[in-house]
Amino acid sequence: MSDKINQIDKDLLNEVSNLDNITSGAYNIRKNGQGIERKVTDNVNIVTKTDKPGIDIYVKENTKFEFIHIPVIITESGLTDLVYNDFYIGKNANVIIIAGCGIHNDHHKDSQHDGIHRFYLEEGAKVKYIEKHYGEGTGDGKRILNPVTEVHLKAGSSMEMESAQIKGVDSTIRETKGVLEENTNFVVTEKIMTHGEQFAKTIFDVELNGENSSTHVTSRSVATNNSKQYFISKIYGNAKSFSHSECDAIIKDNAKVVATPEVTANHVDANLIHEAAIGKIAGEQIIKLMTLGYSEEEAEQEIINGFLK
Amino acid sequence: MLLELQDICFERDNKKILNNINLTIDLEKFIAITGPNGSGKSTLVKIIMGIEKPDSGKIIFNGKDITNLSINERANLGISFAFQQPVKFKGITVYDLLKMSAKKKITKKEACEVLSRVGLCAKEYVDREVNGSLSGGELKRIEIATVVLRGAKLTIFDEPEAGIDLWSFNNLIEVFENMRELIKGTTLIISHQERILNIADEVILLKAGKIANRGSSKDILEQELINKKCCKIRKCNS
Ligand SMILES: Nc1ncnc2c1ncn2[C@@H]1O[C@H](COP(=O)(O)OP(=O)(O)OP(=O)(O)O)[C@@H](O)[C@H]1O
Ligand SMILES: [Mg+2]
Repeated sequence: MSDKINQIDKDLLNEVSNLDNITSGAYNIRKNGQGIERKVTDNVNIVTKTDKPGIDIYVKENTKFEFIHIPVIITESGLTDLVYNDFYIGKNANVIIIAGCGIHNDHHKDSQHDGIHRFYLEEGAKVKYIEKHYGEGTGDGKRILNPVTEVHLKAGSSMEMESAQIKGVDSTIRETKGVLEENTNFVVTEKIMTHGEQFAKTIFDVELNGENSSTHVTSRSVATNNSKQYFISKIYGNAKSFSHSECDAIIKDNAKVVATPEVTANHVDANLIHEAAIGKIAGEQIIKLMTLGYSEEEAEQEIINGFLK
Repeated sequence: MLLELQDICFERDNKKILNNINLTIDLEKFIAITGPNGSGKSTLVKIIMGIEKPDSGKIIFNGKDITNLSINERANLGISFAFQQPVKFKGITVYDLLKMSAKKKITKKEACEVLSRVGLCAKEYVDREVNGSLSGGELKRIEIATVVLRGAKLTIFDEPEAGIDLWSFNNLIEVFENMRELIKGTTLIISHQERILNIADEVILLKAGKIANRGSSKDILEQELINKKCCKIRKCNS
């Protein structure tokens, strides 16, 4: 790896995805608004966009089990980085894509990254998409992340998306949109933990357009101190389809969590379920771990760690 | 002597749930507590573990006054507790929970061994979450595994047989029979099962918050039978 990458960069990269893993497949590393390292493979091509910031990623059809890493790091205070990444996944290809953004801000100005990721999956393609967000630094400048993910699933394709934001992000608005054709499946699992005065808003918008399309959206979150979280899921059943969305939140201190389900059935065979459970850690869970020798604080931490694992 | 309860009282809603309990329990004994529903059995053991605080009275464990110690302090002194209704955890796997229970590091293989001992086909369970997807009986066995692993000086079971089918019950009896050699501690077990009472060194009978009787299971059960008959006769006469 080149000398453009210093120790802070390495640590940030390790927080969002393991550095050794990054270099094993195709990758593109973006730092402070610019691409600094890239590798393509026989099956995965990465091309810089000419009309706006960002890249196009092309995966050949029938590609089997390749990893693609596209981490972003921001170490410059006061930077707003907007990037468009488009993924074109060929027929029956099967890939794992790991994206993530790490912000290190030691200064007063806000640092912001807005990543817009669009996925176009051809027939029978399969994608596992993992996204991790992380903020650190001693400054009072805010660390802001607003990811948008748009997923288009052609017949027989499926995508599994995992996102996690566990530490250090002051403000986030996360939008995930899915448009599903027949026999497709879109699974989203997100994990969020907020502290202090942090704010997190998540909007899911999934259109089940094809017969036998299905989606499973799960949000697990912990809100502490004075932080606020909003969870909005809009699901449209426009065909014989199935959806299950659930919001499961642990709330502490003066935090606030709002879950707003909006399920719309436009078809008689659309089966749409929503569940929300928000509450503090159950006292009996703490008691059980205390009987195993953990103090009350340690018990709480173990319960939260498990919940967000 | 391992445990001594002195004048323990616990009152809620003007009801004397425990009414002046005095009790001593020796080292390496297997003691069963029995008695009707609502007689205060669970409350009594919760007070020993520190989950409930008595209104008055003293608890001495291993020569030390633990009345004002927290649950975890008592746990670290060597008291362990299996809940009547096991607690569920989202995201925590059976293996995680067993790791948290054991005082030393345990491998997955060791975790599986303990699970097998309580009658669970280990491979199927070790990576599952301890959540509502497990059946009541499964949760109960996992709960028992957590306390077996702790190997405490005093292990308390609150109705371990509840929710466990008849077929597995025999295996479970073996687990309790082996407990003594296994962890070389005292077992205090709340049970309504004659088979468990029969393997106990001593049975304590609790009624309406008082110790009504204490002795061998044979004596206790016989006397209860006689009492019942007497009651019936009395009722007829009156
Ligand atoms: N915190 C409390 N507040 C009010 N009542 C209580 C409290 N704890 C226990 N009780 C009551 O005390 C009585 C004894 O309860 P306990 O759970 O100890 O009974 P038990 O002997 O374990 O019964 P079972 O065999 O059904 O498990 C019950 O009537 C119960 O409702
Ligand atoms: Mg009870």
